[in-house]
Amino acid sequence: MKNTLRQVFHSSKFVAGFIIFVGILLLITFYPLFHPGNPLDMIGVGTFAEPGTYVSLYDSVGTDTETLKLPDAADKRLDAVLGKEDRIKMVAWLSAMEVDIEGLDYMDTEALMDLWRANYDDSARPNGMTKAERNYYKRLNESLSSMGAGGQMKVFENDAAGEEQQIATITPEDYVNVKNVANTKTLVLGTDNFGRDVLKEMVSATRTSIMIGLIAGVVATAIGLLLGLLSGYMGGFVDDAIMFITNLFTVVPSFILLILISYSIGQEQRGASVVALVIGLTSWTWTCRSVRSQVISLRNRDHVNLSKLSGHSLARILLTDILPYIASYVVMAFILQVSSGILSEAQLSLLGLGPKTTEVPTLGLMMNWAMLYSAHLNGSWWAYFPVILMITLISFSLNLMNTGLDQVFNPTLR
Amino acid sequence: MKGYRKYFGKKIVWFLITLVVAVILNFLLPRLMPNDPVAAITGKMAQGVTDASASQRIYEKYQEEFGTNKPLVEQFFIFVKNLFHGDLGTSFSQYPRKVSEIIASSIAWTIALQFPAIIVGWLIGNILGALAAYIKKGFDKVLLPLSLFMSSIPAFGMAVILLVLFGVRLKIAPTAGGYNYDMIPNLSWPFVKSVIAHYQLPFWSIVLVSIGGQAVGMRSMSIYELNADYVKYARFLGIKDRTIVRYVFRNAMLPQITGLAMSIGTMVGGALVAERVFSYPGLGSTLFTAISGGDYPLISAATLIITLMVLTISFVLDIVYGFIDPRVKAAQFDS
Repeated sequence: MKNTLRQVFHSSKFVAGFIIFVGILLLITFYPLFHPGNPLDMIGVGTFAEPGTYVSLYDSVGTDTETLKLPDAADKRLDAVLGKEDRIKMVAWLSAMEVDIEGLDYMDTEALMDLWRANYDDSARPNGMTKAERNYYKRLNESLSSMGAGGQMKVFENDAAGEEQQIATITPEDYVNVKNVANTKTLVLGTDNFGRDVLKEMVSATRTSIMIGLIAGVVATAIGLLLGLLSGYMGGFVDDAIMFITNLFTVVPSFILLILISYSIGQEQRGASVVALVIGLTSWTWTCRSVRSQVISLRNRDHVNLSKLSGHSLARILLTDILPYIASYVVMAFILQVSSGILSEAQLSLLGLGPKTTEVPTLGLMMNWAMLYSAHLNGSWWAYFPVILMITLISFSLNLMNTGLDQVFNPTLR
Repeated sequence: MKGYRKYFGKKIVWFLITLVVAVILNFLLPRLMPNDPVAAITGKMAQGVTDASASQRIYEKYQEEFGTNKPLVEQFFIFVKNLFHGDLGTSFSQYPRKVSEIIASSIAWTIALQFPAIIVGWLIGNILGALAAYIKKGFDKVLLPLSLFMSSIPAFGMAVILLVLFGVRLKIAPTAGGYNYDMIPNLSWPFVKSVIAHYQLPFWSIVLVSIGGQAVGMRSMSIYELNADYVKYARFLGIKDRTIVRYVFRNAMLPQITGLAMSIGTMVGGALVAERVFSYPGLGSTLFTAISGGDYPLISAATLIITLMVLTISFVLDIVYGFIDPRVKAAQFDS
């Protein structure tokens, strides 16, 4: 046993898969400890807030300020405020005035502003420009010059009497330390369509999905192993009967069976564990087939015959004389079942047949929500890409472990 | 011919048995729902109807239409009888369209999308796997982890990634549907061009996903064969390497064909979900809208058709296998 384990951990593929999987397990164990709270809390009111650190505007007003004179502050401010449309209009004006704009990138604020400041003239009348358009450029130029320089801002608050009281004056050189602002929130993966913290939700979803995979894997492997052992060892009528059922459910696609059963259970009864159970109940057939063929090659070995002659019970022969020889095989089958269980849940959820939506998030449900709210079309990559990556990483790590084990136990494959 | 006849006879009997079981399951499972589906649909259809006797009449009308007021066994025979006439009932969510009409309009899309994609993926995967087993060294070191990674990406995940990359970011492919939404299906050149443009992304997403798994399987098979005694013996005899590779490839290919027959159900399942991502007008999208609309005649029909498709493919593969596997031929000479 010890020797086998050492051999297994010498396989680089197994170790790589193992490390990824343990990493995921550590994440789902420790992240909730440091960031407690319900993963389904809707902290955002809007949909799909971008990833990043959010600083409370309200709190930052009262916070002690430091004066910093940063040379490029004005340009950066302009850069952030100047919209794409205004930039395109500016380029249009410049080209209408036949200014050389070769090689100008309109997103390069500094170059654009240099050209603009050097060439803009409100008395100029570019060809084919209406008065309304000229007025637009006049306004644009005014706001451009005020934006860059930046005037003071005054903040008022309604006091108890309903009078407006000035509480602060903000200059462009006032800075607050983020540490001193009472409320900031870092959303590593932004929020989803319901305004939930995607990272927190995904950690919880990963945990549920792995649980679903494990339950489905245990159920499928247990049924497949039991039926495979009985069918392979006993032969005769038992074998025929079991193989009939197995062949039947191999040909009828298990995914369709899964859809039909999940649908007939109904939305209300469909918790995460029920879904896991159903997945397990529909996916045991290939485990049964492969266990059976392994057992058939074992059942006429001398030690099995000896056991039989000694009058040992069926259960004992199966458990002590046959099971140890196929244990490695069963472990590999189990790993594959876990991985396909997680995938099945995700696919079911995408068809709208996942676990009921109010209790727990799963990776499939998150994916389903992202698709329902068209996250993939409106550029909210954080709502679906981490989920796809997580599913891929989980099954990749399991597949790697499986291949590693396969190569240890079948040395020709190395 | 006796060996063949026995082999095919067995396969045909199996096909029929699984067909009957599939029909029974398809009939039975939706009817095992704990809450009465007809009541649920009446509730939806009779929204705002305050008169109790009116909604009772609606309920009875639906019971009549779906025959749920008759005993289960009788319902089953009516179901089978209608099935033979191609009558799959009336859709709820798209009332009063016939289910068979909806299925007929979507099945061609699914077949045209999935089978070429799965076959192409299977071929490319097998060639890559065989090459990895034969060349080994660097190629194998790169290909095996890469194939494992590719086969770990779920079909819908690959679909979303391709969609965002080529459809949304690079804008070189349309993002949804089977053809431009402002077109009416006909046989003109612009329509065909639009269909081909919409075909690309779903097609490649299915191909890319199926390559990985097939390559891994073929690699193992080819390595087993390359180490077999007959290969060593052939080398010993000085037979050309190219000839040996051909033998090895042929022998490793056989289990891959049965492998395809066994995994076609899973692959179709994954591809159905990918269809939803692209809103491709096939059975996958139909199934999705049917499920979200609680349309159980349509769900039942869609799953039945998919089952039929998978059963037929496995059956055809079994028959093909019978022709090309030398062992079936050997059985023929024995008898």
